[in-house]
Amino acid sequence: MHESAANIFINALLANNFVLAMFLGLCPFLGVSGKLETAFPMGVATTFVMLVASLCAYGLNLLLTAFQLEFLRLISYIVIIASSVQLVEMVLKKYSPALFRALGIYLPLITTNCAVLGVALFQTAREYDFVQSMAFSFGGGAGFTLALVLMASVRERLQLSDVPSVAQGTALSLMLAGILSLAFMGFAGIGG
Amino acid sequence: MNSEAILPQTTPAAAMIRTLGLLSAICGLIIVAAYQLTYDAVQENKRIAVERAVFKVIPAAKSIVEYSALPTGEVEVIGAGGATPPGALKFYAGYDAAGRLAGIAAEGAAKGYADTVRILFAYDPATSSIPAYSVVAMRETPGIGDKILVDKDFLASFPLEAKLSADLKALANAIITVKHGSKTKPWEVDAISGATITSRAVGKAINDAAQALLPRVAPNLDKLKEKS
Amino acid sequence: MSQPAGKMSARNWDEFMEGVWRQNPVFVMVLGMCPTLAVTVSGVNALSMGLATAFVLVCSCGLVSLLRKLIPKEVRIATYIVIIATFVTVVDYVIQAVSLALYDALGAFIQLIVVNCIILGRAEAHASKNPPMAAMTNALGMGVGFTIGLLALGTVREILGAGSLFGVSLFGADFQPWVIMVLPPGGFFVLGTWLLFFAALERRKQRKLAEATQNA
Repeated sequence: MHESAANIFINALLANNFVLAMFLGLCPFLGVSGKLETAFPMGVATTFVMLVASLCAYGLNLLLTAFQLEFLRLISYIVIIASSVQLVEMVLKKYSPALFRALGIYLPLITTNCAVLGVALFQTAREYDFVQSMAFSFGGGAGFTLALVLMASVRERLQLSDVPSVAQGTALSLMLAGILSLAFMGFAGIGG
Repeated sequence: MNSEAILPQTTPAAAMIRTLGLLSAICGLIIVAAYQLTYDAVQENKRIAVERAVFKVIPAAKSIVEYSALPTGEVEVIGAGGATPPGALKFYAGYDAAGRLAGIAAEGAAKGYADTVRILFAYDPATSSIPAYSVVAMRETPGIGDKILVDKDFLASFPLEAKLSADLKALANAIITVKHGSKTKPWEVDAISGATITSRAVGKAINDAAQALLPRVAPNLDKLKEKS
Repeated sequence: MSQPAGKMSARNWDEFMEGVWRQNPVFVMVLGMCPTLAVTVSGVNALSMGLATAFVLVCSCGLVSLLRKLIPKEVRIATYIVIIATFVTVVDYVIQAVSLALYDALGAFIQLIVVNCIILGRAEAHASKNPPMAAMTNALGMGVGFTIGLLALGTVREILGAGSLFGVSLFGADFQPWVIMVLPPGGFFVLGTWLLFFAALERRKQRKLAEATQNA
């Protein structure tokens, strides 16, 4: 397709936000967005994994198509993602142990984050070239971080509000997400 | 006390490799078996879907031949189950009952509101126009975006003029979607009020595909006129 | 040997119902949210996604359970993922062979079943520690529970957002659909409302229990 990289980035960030419009990455979105100080590093770590996954998926796809092994696509993508997450874990452990401890269990859980596999699958389905793929994954990761930070900010404030106890917890987060999603619908068409 | 009993045992490398090898073999077998068993049914489904779409945009067609337009400027027939060579564009030639060319159809895609909008449009070489189009796949908003299927003013934009420029390298006038009610030229698509994004996607999809394909098809029309 | 057999089927039923009600993946554990919200725009899509996930669940847990003594614990997560990916690939081709229209409607979310936390969670928590029959029964219960959750969402969104149920128009041509229900915000709102409803039910039950123990 002939979308420009800038448009792809803006769309992935706002109009087709990965969390609020495409429903990718919801488990960490509902799980980690309680506090702002964990939400932002989680978003950055996920964005980094998405970039690596996008890169590897692009290369893998070229290889698989050349050898007509398309039926191995899903397995090879998920193995690459699992390996990338292992790599990121090892790098973080060595160079930033504080961050590694802060993220805790959520780091290996990035493997099962639909957003990471989703980037790889969508860029393959839309037949993006290299630059478009990078813009797409970077925009997607940034959009994920944006949604996470927004959600965390609101939830932190809500802790001081008088929410009926029957609505507390996940039900409240979902309602919040619905309102955020509604707001983001206003960005439609911003990416040309 | 035997110290070995207290320490947790790590799996020896040989056992790990053996198990992973066994696992890969089992999984590989399952995938290949599934692929082979479903291959014929999937190909048949795809063929039926293509046929239905092409017959819809080229009503006079009774049979279809798949072609690929190579970057070198030639066209060649794609055999059954064959793949498009890299850099080539796929198109369908529809032939009527007497074996004469009834029209050409090709796919186009562009980003709509929610996701990609994929369309199939027909090209009539005799009048250098695009008489019709149909939607192959879309995820637009029901009741708003899907008006492109039924809106009278939108559909009345067709046939679109698709003449080639003097040097035959591109369309003389790019196909473009204009605001609802402001269509003046035969190559403009009248957008649906309230569904601008989806309307623009259809216009862009047709334009991008036609700009790339028609210059390659035009020099080969004689070759396509009779069913080979 | 009717007594042990009776006990065994009672235990199997218990395993099955655990996934359906007590640990319902959608309403209780709130797992596998991505496909739940994305594909439940209609009853048919919801049902198909539920069945596909149930198939992958049962087969993966069965294979994991069969191989549980052989899988080295250092690489067990990666192994589970490969097994799950295998069966998702199978489901992917089966759906394409059955109906291309359904395949287009479900889109990338068929392949995203691989990262559905429910399946990995079951494999890790249950299938790796239990014999095949028990593992598959529990997996089937989870799959059925997941399908019920998806259907609860899909039917509500379809009725409100399109005025139909499984494609059958309910309110006639003059119905003004509540379009937002079939768009992303609607998914969030409907699931939130269901969770609210269940929380209210749970509250009521707790209050009745407290009253009963007080009066006793």
